[in-house]
Amino acid sequence: MELSGGEIIVQCLKDEGVEHVFGYPGGAVLHIYDAIFKQKDVKHILVRHEQAAGHAADGYARATGKPGVMLVTSGPGATNAVTGIATAFMDSIPMVVLTGQVPTPVIGSDAFQEVDTVGITRPCVKHNFLVKRLEDLAETIKKAFYIATTGRPGPVVIDIPKDITDPGIKIPYNYPSQVKMRSYNPVVKGHLGQIKKAVKIMMEAERPVFYTGGGVVLDDAAKPLTDLVDTLGFPITQTLMGLGAYPGSGKHFLGMLGMHGTYEANMAMHETDVLIAVGARFDDRITGHVKQFCPDATIIHIDIDPSSISKNVRVDIPIVGPVKQVLRDMLKVVDEGEMNPKKQALKQWWEQIEKWRSMDCLKYDQTSDLIKPQQAIEVLHKVTKGDAFVTSDVGQHQMFAAQFYHFDKPRRWINSGGLGTMGFGLPAAMGVQMAFPRAEVAVVTGESSIQMCIQELATCLQYELPIKIILLNNGCMGMVRQWQEFFYESRYSQSGMGVTPDFVKLTESYGHVGMRVEKTKDLEGAMKEAFSYKDRLVFLDVVVDPTENVYPMIAAGKGHHEMYLSPGSELV
Amino acid sequence: MRHIISILMENESGALARVANLFTARGYNIESLTVAPTEDQSLSRMTLVTRGSDEIIEQITKQLNKLIDVVKLVDLTEGGHLEREMMLIKLRAERIQREEIKRLVDIFRGKIIDVTDTSYTVELTGAASKLNAFVEAVNEELIIEVVRTGPSGIGRGPKGLGL
Repeated sequence: MELSGGEIIVQCLKDEGVEHVFGYPGGAVLHIYDAIFKQKDVKHILVRHEQAAGHAADGYARATGKPGVMLVTSGPGATNAVTGIATAFMDSIPMVVLTGQVPTPVIGSDAFQEVDTVGITRPCVKHNFLVKRLEDLAETIKKAFYIATTGRPGPVVIDIPKDITDPGIKIPYNYPSQVKMRSYNPVVKGHLGQIKKAVKIMMEAERPVFYTGGGVVLDDAAKPLTDLVDTLGFPITQTLMGLGAYPGSGKHFLGMLGMHGTYEANMAMHETDVLIAVGARFDDRITGHVKQFCPDATIIHIDIDPSSISKNVRVDIPIVGPVKQVLRDMLKVVDEGEMNPKKQALKQWWEQIEKWRSMDCLKYDQTSDLIKPQQAIEVLHKVTKGDAFVTSDVGQHQMFAAQFYHFDKPRRWINSGGLGTMGFGLPAAMGVQMAFPRAEVAVVTGESSIQMCIQELATCLQYELPIKIILLNNGCMGMVRQWQEFFYESRYSQSGMGVTPDFVKLTESYGHVGMRVEKTKDLEGAMKEAFSYKDRLVFLDVVVDPTENVYPMIAAGKGHHEMYLSPGSELV
Repeated sequence: MRHIISILMENESGALARVANLFTARGYNIESLTVAPTEDQSLSRMTLVTRGSDEIIEQITKQLNKLIDVVKLVDLTEGGHLEREMMLIKLRAERIQREEIKRLVDIFRGKIIDVTDTSYTVELTGAASKLNAFVEAVNEELIIEVVRTGPSGIGRGPKGLGL
């Protein structure tokens, strides 16, 4: 079979099993778009801004576990895509990004719509390629998928000059069934000796705690994690990225940890003697002040990426390997039953934890006539029976969703944890809804975040995506305002929008259903009504108490035991 | 502490930039860096000199290993190794200075590789400390230009860094 470069790209995507490509055409990718036009297997979703193509492919990948694919043109197409790529990179999301480039003879001449895409994206990709010969194209695409999806996943960019996709030049097509790279050999198995050593320490623990992150979700290791935690009877806390791997309603779950984690989770971290970190990277929002982090703990760390180990916090027992396989092996060692957990000590540990839990650190005023954002999330949970895919943007609403939705399944909570990208939620939800057309998909957002990719409402109509947008409208950039209130003596510099559109009318003008709710008593009815539109996108503008803040809170640079628990409270 | 890291990497465009990028992005310092293809044209060998605490060096080697283009690397400082650097130094050499410079070049086992009525260009190879010593031994006013390659390194003994 002889194919042109453009046709090779489309054929490679088919052979790779890709069903959806999120993209936006332009000069340098016209040949590729022509090849897309001539077939039906690979469906192209036309976004309204390249950033959204990135987030949509990313959301698709997070929800399905399959690599997301996007296609953009050279120059501004590529630069607009960078935010999407960096977002995926920070959260280790497998993505293949095809970017057009000016023809090879004019590269470097400051040609129209030329940028050094490989140079610009280098710091925010797992790897990138510039294809210089048509003969290399198919193998490069194979390598890109291989690199993106193996080891610690991440986005891979393939920059393709226009002449490479010339329809007039055809070569025999041959998609390699596998690829070997001498310089890239991700670890496939954790060291059994280390695993046994870790289990021994876990069995001797008196105040153990599991601290698990996005790696568990990425490696589909929820089952062995849940089994291991329940078998041992240890408490577990999860990071923002890890939520849902161990069920939020599970009896050993302490809630999220970190800057806006629960009192019991953070206190358990502070007091633990054996910390079992799984697929988590000791990010600064988790550790707080590194010197005060888990002061008494022997730390076990399971991670696929050796460079994650002892990067921010010194680890005692490192286990480099795929989380799922290591947890399975660990479970086997535990089941062989040569040692048992210290029952009496664990009982005391749980009693201590229950004391912390009784502080009820997530409580909020439920009598207010003004809708509390926490309540909006709780109602969302109730109406969707806790089973929706929830994407979010970045800020207070994101933290409320993480704290109050209680995710019971992995891959249901989809948010930009590492880069913290406002504008992520709506396009990510498009990716999720494309993958699961009949699932309930909700975007929890704020009126600032949603405006960063609001244009995608048009995409949602075009592809009939019945997403439900739950806007927690407090009239300001809530998290910025919260920090200004706490740390800048309430000088609210530029955190109020002043002007926001009438979201109901805006939504209607895009052809969707717009709704607004302002009173607590109307909240549940409105939420139910929103979700009753099975085939329509509904934008529910929930007017919430503008003064509400996210608690608990550990101020940047403080230890886990130093939290603000409620308005006006001292550090505890 | 000073470390010499020797890296075997794919001889591809952009590979050098990936290493340099990594150092700037993560705030590590590079004292010197030399790179050239090996006997296998598909591979380049890079010698990189850096400084940092044990933790930082550990991170540097891990982050380098993570780069897809890096095939293998070794921290030469961990074992016996040899280091050589080459310097080309152009000196003002007139009348009585000519004899004196020549003597100095002989003492340091260097070579004069270009001569004019008023200058010598000297080639000198050795450990960085030897090159420093030569620069210090020459009257500063005589120095016109100094070009140094930065050290290249290799481990002692029969073992090599290969595929």
